Amino acid sequence: MKMTLLLAGVCALALSTTVLAQPVAAPTTPAAAPTTPSVPSILIRHGRVFTLAAQGTINGDVLIQSGKIVQVGPNLTVPPGATVIDAHGNAVTPGLMASWTQLGIEEVQLVSETNDTAPNQALDSAAFDVADALNPSSTLIPVARIAGVTRSLTAPADCGDVFCGTAAVIHLGNGPDLIVKKQAGVLVELEPNGGEHQANSRPDIWVKFRETLDDAREYWSQRAGYHRPGGARDQRSNRIDLDALGPVIQGQEPLIVHVERASTIRQILAYTQANKIKLIVAGGGEAWQVAKELAAAHVPVVLDNDNNLPASFSDLGATLKDAARLDAAGVTVAFQPQNDNPAHYARTLSQIAGNAVANGMPWDHALAAITRNPAQIWGIADSYGTLEAGKDADVVIWDGDPLNLAAPTAVFIKGANIPLVSRQTKLRDRYRDLNDKKMPFAYR
Amino acid sequence: MEPRNRLPIWGAAAIVIVTLIAAFVFLPGLHKSAPKDTQVADQFPNDQFPSTYKPLPSKPTLIRGATVLTATDKEIAHGDVLMENGKIAAVGTNIAAPAGAVVVDGKGKFVTPGIIDIHSHLGVYPSPSNEATSDGNEATRPTTPDVRSENSVWPQDPGFDRALAGGVTAMEILPGSANLIGGRSVVLKNVPAITTQAMKFPGAPYDLKMACGENPKRVYENKGGPSTLMGDVAGYREAFEKAREYREKWRKYWKAKKAGSEADEPDRDIGLETLALVLDRKIPVQMHCYRSDQMATMIDVSKEFGFRIAAFHHAVEAYKIADLLKKNDICAVMWADWWGFKMEAYDAIPENIAMVDHAGACAMIHSDDPIGIQRLNQEVAKAMLSGRRMGYDIPRAHAVEWMTRNPAKALGILDKTGTLEKGKMADVVLWDGDPFSVYTHAEKVFIDGALLYDRDNPKLSPRSDFELGQEDNANTGGAGQ
Repeated sequence: MKMTLLLAGVCALALSTTVLAQPVAAPTTPAAAPTTPSVPSILIRHGRVFTLAAQGTINGDVLIQSGKIVQVGPNLTVPPGATVIDAHGNAVTPGLMASWTQLGIEEVQLVSETNDTAPNQALDSAAFDVADALNPSSTLIPVARIAGVTRSLTAPADCGDVFCGTAAVIHLGNGPDLIVKKQAGVLVELEPNGGEHQANSRPDIWVKFRETLDDAREYWSQRAGYHRPGGARDQRSNRIDLDALGPVIQGQEPLIVHVERASTIRQILAYTQANKIKLIVAGGGEAWQVAKELAAAHVPVVLDNDNNLPASFSDLGATLKDAARLDAAGVTVAFQPQNDNPAHYARTLSQIAGNAVANGMPWDHALAAITRNPAQIWGIADSYGTLEAGKDADVVIWDGDPLNLAAPTAVFIKGANIPLVSRQTKLRDRYRDLNDKKMPFAYR
Repeated sequence: MEPRNRLPIWGAAAIVIVTLIAAFVFLPGLHKSAPKDTQVADQFPNDQFPSTYKPLPSKPTLIRGATVLTATDKEIAHGDVLMENGKIAAVGTNIAAPAGAVVVDGKGKFVTPGIIDIHSHLGVYPSPSNEATSDGNEATRPTTPDVRSENSVWPQDPGFDRALAGGVTAMEILPGSANLIGGRSVVLKNVPAITTQAMKFPGAPYDLKMACGENPKRVYENKGGPSTLMGDVAGYREAFEKAREYREKWRKYWKAKKAGSEADEPDRDIGLETLALVLDRKIPVQMHCYRSDQMATMIDVSKEFGFRIAAFHHAVEAYKIADLLKKNDICAVMWADWWGFKMEAYDAIPENIAMVDHAGACAMIHSDDPIGIQRLNQEVAKAMLSGRRMGYDIPRAHAVEWMTRNPAKALGILDKTGTLEKGKMADVVLWDGDPFSVYTHAEKVFIDGALLYDRDNPKLSPRSDFELGQEDNANTGGAGQ
């Protein structure tokens, strides 16, 4: 990935400093070919371009080649053979990224055969890995991406136990390989949620949580000897789960901790700081009450800001101003789409950001919370999250204010021009004329 | 409301007529079953738990110079709305303020009727949600026409306050969908109160909640059934057949009594009494039904027994049968973009509302959700925009009806509320901008002319008992949190 970035960076430099009539050829090294299929260059012109980068917001153009953004600026020259798309002054933004969805691992929530979102509830499992279930043919993916969502942090759902599994960053473009980054975090559920196997008091949950991480540390301290008789004590967790926790206890892979109550947020913050574990707070209904501490510790919060009800005694302080207050305190915020079914409702992501604006968050910060911020939080900021040279070309042109119920008129994911078609648009077209009944609808 | 006092007026002569008709009726082959042509009207009681709602104090109020969406397909630029004595007194332009009236500057703002959510479980599945507050499904038997949501409503649900801040002035609270026949629904005014009766919308008919599809069979497949869709339908038919027999028993009794004959009063059955009122079309059915084929089946069942389906709720496939719905005068209650959470929701499309509306059928939004109810204006906006993007011309003056006029129609309260027309209840929302923008808030909400929520005045932001004194939450809670 770093190699590709470097290459693209060189391209961008070349474009901005040399004669443009001779566009820099797409990287054609054999190594790059499989991951970035060769595509012709595309120039998006006359956009209101929200780069979310140093360049700020400009009236200008975005040039895409070989899946990458190679240049952003006013009045770019059209490379020979380029496809030119006129944005007619409309907003152009990075593709959006939804955090903590089950995109790619479920089709119909209540049809168990299609639902790969949580480990078997008999055992918690850090090793449960969404990457093992990703389905690039899921019909949810086109539904989400034609609403401008081009990336997802796909993670297990709340699992009714403490360790719910390992997340991955995916893109929603052309498959079959959707993985952008594996092992993007391990999901932990710290709120008592009445799960069948989860202990229902907080101290019980903490016993399980601490014991598992203690086991992981001990296991990793003598991993080589683990299989020798007497080499390691019996541990509650399976070896494969302890393996999955290695990068977590080493401070490389974050723990994504679902937690709502302020007191529990303080507690997990203290624990992770003492143990040098990277923490991402998810849910965070009362996170605004801990905003200063979270900001000081550089702990980001992933939330569905529309949750403003005391849905349980753990989030009596839920408010529509959560995101605005966290943001004002300097916490990096990213949005989860409607959190009871974030995969199917990924398309509400921009609306949730808009509602955060309506409740006090600056507009550009809310846009960042669905682009640049998740890129940083999930560790892919080198390739995604802004419109600048060298980044993957996830670009959306909107028919209005992207945070105010607008829809894309064009979506590019890693440079591929995505048809604005889904199973739902096909159903719409099939039934749009009910009067024509010469033949059954099945023939349309 | 019931015509039970009519009989004495008829006097003794009626008895003779009734007897003659009865003789005619019982001639074999001439009539199938006990009909409306007896002269004894059904007397099933229908007014338990009467409303004690009283409009709160109001001042004559003139909103001046706003964009007014009347929900009668009309948008008035620089329009005025005058509220007096709890009613809408005038809607138009250049309306003079009566002496002593509060004048609200509506410049740059919008006025709509109060939002009506026809499908809510506020109070029966309140916040916080836990084992003590889960009162929406009497999931002990698949058929429970004897229960009523109003007996489960917790008026202190903080969700009511949040919905008020979203411009919701009335809503129907339904039992859940675990059961084939879930019980009676109740229509409430969204006023803070400590009893449910004090919220009950005066004069609103009851409805019966029924449910198609996956939910009942999921709940009962291991509890004696139904476990299939055909089992669902058999369950409705069995229940209504029993209700028909029950009604017959009472009709015979009333006739005999009227004729002065000896007759034993039948045993009263609370559930069958409700179903008898449904058969009498005094209680319409609000029918939870996702799929087009299931809706068509239910239309046939309703015809077999003669009850009236007011609306199909969660009708995600209404767009496939919009013509059938129009023909049968049944409304479709839909989400803007919910889908896929279960198999029967797999074919939902965001153009559903617009397509049903375009076909001339009665279309509306609903929330079914304590979060969604707070922004039904945005849900309508999404549905409107989806329709426009497929080429339909949908003015906002029309789309506003999907959250006001049409739910009022489906609830049988359109004569009282749902539009901005002279004489109706002054259930009115002043928005601080176009209601179909995410950046717009309900700024003032009036119910029967009383200002019950004011975004700019913390004293007019109601807070339920539950949210009073919750530690550390000084900056949250209440309507305007």
